[in-house]
Amino acid sequence: LELTREEESALKGEQGEILQMAYRILVATGEATDADKLIPIEWAHLAGVNYNTIGDAGEEFLSSISKDTRVKVKTTLNPMGFDIDNVSNYNLDDNFISKQLSIKNSYETIGVIPSFSCIPYEIFDIPKENTQVAFAESNAAIHANSYDNLKTNKESAFSALASAITGKSPYSSLRKDDTPNLSIRMKVNNPTELTYGMLGFFAGKVGDTSVNISGLGEMDRRQCKAMCGGMGTSGTCAKFLFEEEETGIEKIEFDEKEMKNVYDELNTAEKGDIVTLGSPQLGLDEISDLTSKLKGRSFKKRCMVFTPRMVKEQAKKIGYINELEQAGCEILSDCCTCLTPLINKDNVDAVTTNSIKGAFYLKNSNGVDVNLKSLTRIVEEETK
Amino acid sequence: MKKILVQGNVEGVILKSENSINFLGTVDKKTGVISDKNHDLFEKSIANSILVFPSGIGSSVGAYTIYSIKSNNSAPLAMICKKADLTVATGCALANIPLVIVSEEKFSTMKNGEKIILDTKSENIISKIS
Repeated sequence: LELTREEESALKGEQGEILQMAYRILVATGEATDADKLIPIEWAHLAGVNYNTIGDAGEEFLSSISKDTRVKVKTTLNPMGFDIDNVSNYNLDDNFISKQLSIKNSYETIGVIPSFSCIPYEIFDIPKENTQVAFAESNAAIHANSYDNLKTNKESAFSALASAITGKSPYSSLRKDDTPNLSIRMKVNNPTELTYGMLGFFAGKVGDTSVNISGLGEMDRRQCKAMCGGMGTSGTCAKFLFEEEETGIEKIEFDEKEMKNVYDELNTAEKGDIVTLGSPQLGLDEISDLTSKLKGRSFKKRCMVFTPRMVKEQAKKIGYINELEQAGCEILSDCCTCLTPLINKDNVDAVTTNSIKGAFYLKNSNGVDVNLKSLTRIVEEETK
Repeated sequence: MKKILVQGNVEGVILKSENSINFLGTVDKKTGVISDKNHDLFEKSIANSILVFPSGIGSSVGAYTIYSIKSNNSAPLAMICKKADLTVATGCALANIPLVIVSEEKFSTMKNGEKIILDTKSENIISKIS
């Protein structure tokens, strides 16, 4: 890894301790991934926001660096543990609330846009083609590479933070080259967003850094997001390509049998006590679609809907939020199904969702069972 | 020598493990003691050692554990692995703990209890003290 004179000087500590640490992170990551230089990035998206994931060490670390550093490029961030407007409705303990508020405050202090969203690609303008960005949220990194013509590696919380502070990233892996060594042929008929989520999960398990998918028909936004969410959960792969299969590349199929394996791994219950929609969070067109699907109906059980604050505000103006609330939805901003402290096994045995990403974390982190169903089936079976 | 991930210069005694380490969950943040019963360093503290192990595994949040043990003065003086992984790389970078990646052959010659100097600026990065 070759550094410029200015980068060398920062690494030596001549520009302060925090910049030195940020460059140490970039150099260690760069050496580990065989980068030959650092390159400028225009947008960083940070993970490591929820107190449930980063704990006391993370909270203390962010608090200490926030005293003395500011981000250098546009920086957005992932959901946290609760919706700031209704914290008191959820029996969260005081320690959780105060530590989460400290984390929120630290990020705001260093100049991060408080977006608290895992779908930055839906709520911010997409820069021009081939722009280098640094996205730590896995579904967002995959979406950026596969659908938005941007370039990022699947960053860690730390490499993305270092990139935000320095405006640079190691030039390696998907930033340079994305030739996949594997192609998956989609064979399942009449796919729903759940099918695409399972395809993504399967692809993440078998893929290396990028994977080609053939045989896909037209997909809507929900299906694209489901595929990115699924893949981000199961491996290190961070890009889909959608080419016709070339010769000389290994080919495998995703058919009913492969789909059933994923389904059996993640679906552990016949029915759920509550319903969650969102992971990734729902964007405005999904909120609009949900509103029309729920016309004249209402949920028979609790249904939590996760959407970014920016989307919630737009949806409120249009009148969707009011309609969804009348249909029994609980609309939550700033947080998401993944790693939420709002659902725990003391009061919930099983959750119904259409999200593969949500299912994986509900099962592995929250320790609750999961009942997987497409949105169409959820509306049919869980509302009246 | 294959790679220098985090620079530094330390002198200390090797604590060697043949098992990978999952920093999130199996290393005590205060004491640096390994709590995984199936690990060959079970109940041993990695504090103030030159920790030699194959690689890190598990969640990238484990990097914060490395930062924590350093803040609690229970971190290794340096780490030597045979495979680079991003959790240990970023953890050592956060905590400013020297980290180098060595070849399989070099790894196999390093012995528990040996006293060495690790200096990433020196020509001979790892040297034994007799």
